[in-house]
Amino acid sequence: MTTNNNRLFGLLVPVISVILGLLVGAIIMIASGHNPIEAYGALWRGAFGDAFTIGETIRRITPLILTGLAIAFAFRTGLFNIGAEGQVIVGWLAAVWVGLAVDAPMIIHLPMAILAGAIAGGLWGFIPGILKAKLGVHEVIVTIMMNYIAMFVSNEIVRSVLTDHKTTTERIADTASLSSAWLQGLTFYSRMHYGILIALFAAVVMWFIIQRTTLGYELKAVGFNKHASKYAGMNVSKSIVLSMVIAGGFAGLAGAMEGLGTYGSVSVISGFTNLGFDGIAVALLGANNPFGVVLAAILFGVLKEGAGEMPTGAGVPTELVDIIIAIIIFFVASSYIIRWALLRFKKEGK
Amino acid sequence: MEYVIEMLNIRKEFPGIVANDNITVQLKKGEIHALLGENGAGKSTLMNVLFGLYQPEAGQIRVKGEEVKITNPNVANDLGIGMVHQHFMLVEPFTVTQNIILGSEPKGKFGKIDIKKAEKEIQEISDLYGLKVDPSAKISDISVGMQQRVEILKTLYRGAEVLIFDEPTAVLTPQEITELIEIMRSLVKEGKSIILITHKLKEIMEVCDRCTVIRKGKGIGTVNVKESNPDELASLMVGREVNFKTEKTQAQPKEVVLDIKDLFVKDARKVDIVKGLNLDVRAGEIVGIAGVDGNGQSELIEAITGLRKSQSGQIMLNNKNITNMSPRNVTKSGLGHIPQDRHKYGLVLDYPIGANMVLQTYYQKPFSNVSVLNYKEIYKKANELINEYDVRTPSEFTPARALSGGNQQKAIIGREIDRSPDLLIAAQPTRGLDVGAIEFIHRKLIEERDKGKAILLVSFELDEIMNVSDRIAVMFDGQIIANVKPEETNEQELGLLMAGSKQDEAGDSSDN
Repeated sequence: MTTNNNRLFGLLVPVISVILGLLVGAIIMIASGHNPIEAYGALWRGAFGDAFTIGETIRRITPLILTGLAIAFAFRTGLFNIGAEGQVIVGWLAAVWVGLAVDAPMIIHLPMAILAGAIAGGLWGFIPGILKAKLGVHEVIVTIMMNYIAMFVSNEIVRSVLTDHKTTTERIADTASLSSAWLQGLTFYSRMHYGILIALFAAVVMWFIIQRTTLGYELKAVGFNKHASKYAGMNVSKSIVLSMVIAGGFAGLAGAMEGLGTYGSVSVISGFTNLGFDGIAVALLGANNPFGVVLAAILFGVLKEGAGEMPTGAGVPTELVDIIIAIIIFFVASSYIIRWALLRFKKEGK
Repeated sequence: MEYVIEMLNIRKEFPGIVANDNITVQLKKGEIHALLGENGAGKSTLMNVLFGLYQPEAGQIRVKGEEVKITNPNVANDLGIGMVHQHFMLVEPFTVTQNIILGSEPKGKFGKIDIKKAEKEIQEISDLYGLKVDPSAKISDISVGMQQRVEILKTLYRGAEVLIFDEPTAVLTPQEITELIEIMRSLVKEGKSIILITHKLKEIMEVCDRCTVIRKGKGIGTVNVKESNPDELASLMVGREVNFKTEKTQAQPKEVVLDIKDLFVKDARKVDIVKGLNLDVRAGEIVGIAGVDGNGQSELIEAITGLRKSQSGQIMLNNKNITNMSPRNVTKSGLGHIPQDRHKYGLVLDYPIGANMVLQTYYQKPFSNVSVLNYKEIYKKANELINEYDVRTPSEFTPARALSGGNQQKAIIGREIDRSPDLLIAAQPTRGLDVGAIEFIHRKLIEERDKGKAILLVSFELDEIMNVSDRIAVMFDGQIIANVKPEETNEQELGLLMAGSKQDEAGDSSDN
């Protein structure tokens, strides 16, 4: 009975948080002299108004699912991966690099480029993983550092290796591209690409590893209780490293989606892509469950894409959507309050 | 007769269960009053009500005849109620004095803490009750028994008239227990009153005046200890007749299963703690290691099980060298290990109890196949063990955390015995468990022995060592300093040996 209750709470808390976030957003809009109904109408149109916006929304959801998985996977195994951002950047760079440098038929070239992104992200997870396993350095510190290293190294490689002091590389070969004329035709030439399938498949992979395999059993056990895992004969260091590598791999894939699907190139960036950081919010709202992550990524993708319509459609600044997302996260993070209120409500209802 | 504390008809409910149902405890001034009950009987809940951590649903609490509402521990403190917790609440790097004044520091000029004054006061209290505590010693430098006295001092310093001792002897050596009993006597002589929470009947018989028995949340009654006996108390507590003496036949030791030669192991501070230890355990016998905590027992077990590196020496299991093997390979070589700390090592508390049942075997068939888990088989095995070992749990999917300590321990023992290991190491297998569970676990250990398995039992409970072992190895300062037969020794002699006195000085029961 308690398990059922917990499961119900697990579902109710994010849903209530989202509703509360939208409500508080509406109050802020009213307070600042905007019409919330118009604003949310514009948001809806911005995300689902026509085939083009739907295509763009799906495109935006794709990397969010993968970075959400990167955070959630690490979290399920007791690690806090703040480094998804850097893992995205190196994954992006590696995928595009392979897309540019290799000449091969699509059936080899595309998987190779995607894999390059995953491996680069995995390597970026490996370093904090091995430092944590062998030297006990906290992964939060290292992954934050690794984000900056990724950004500046990537910028330097774009400028000095992949181009001759330009800020953006050439377009990748068509044989490495995830974009599809068919999908684009379907959505009035949005940038939607096949990556969404990869992202959804990755969610299934994470579920399978975590729930169904001996590897998942080990990784979770190590995350819950290192001592008992060691007592049971598991290799604790290996588990920590592996967990960070897999998490990094997911984030690297997110970068590959951007590089091979949305943009077809890699550019010098002056700041973070925020995909990795948004992944933290996605994982949190999705309760670190792979399918929850997909739902949360859809929500955030819709909010972020729809926000683009709000200034023109209702005169509401796009920043308001960031406020709403922040409030949703706030309520999820303080889910204790919602749980308490629900329990109170239930008691009085009896 | 005047009562200092009266808890009348106390009822405390938690969602789904009644933890305390109509319990009455009346504490006379100057008496030592035992609160006896099995694990989960509701002793701690009752004391938490008295200490202000829980509010009762019904009933009255009176202090010196006046009804009071104890809404939080500060109120309890002000009413002169102090608690000596089982798990000490001390700041290790601080001195005794710093720990005692923490939260009620005597302030001098400009808010400066007057340590000198506090030290003097603490010394006075210590002398008055014969506590022999050095106020300027660091907590990390003093023994567990001393630390407990610091906890006692803490309550006295805050003006406690009534002291609640929560299972105080669980962590002490026999000598320290004797000293604690002396301290308790001198406390009541000076007019303090004591509530002693325990399930050790011997201590109650020795030191208590009266005893209130709680069974499954209900108050069974209060008896005068002088007019009662251990058998009566035990059957009151459990609700049936209890067999104290573990029944067993003479051991039939066969070939050597575990053979340790000249083993050296370092502890966490990189200091030698096992120093050239020799030990063997044969098939079909239970060897009990007696010793005061901290003489290298934990490190010895960790070295055998592969959890800690051995510096030198040799550990042979079934004539196979397992020195410094990984825990997995040691397990595969035929070792079962009931760990001393079941929460830290024995279980992944957040896993379902069913998943915990395959903690060492999850990667083998039938529990998994090419790395894919087979939950059907896992939970089938779990159900078998849950039934066979009487693990009381709502279901096999319940998180291990939600089970009581005794049921967690039964689950671990089931898991370890089920692999049918040639050597079973049982470290403190009954710590904190009640009479019924202890009886069950001892019977299981002896069953395994009779099947021809080798059992190595480590325990700080002399009763357990004397009762269950076929041979006792006394460990002191990293070595086995004596091998004795339980039927040829007594607690007095063992106590002396454990304190490090040589065997020839201690008596004539040596068989070296």
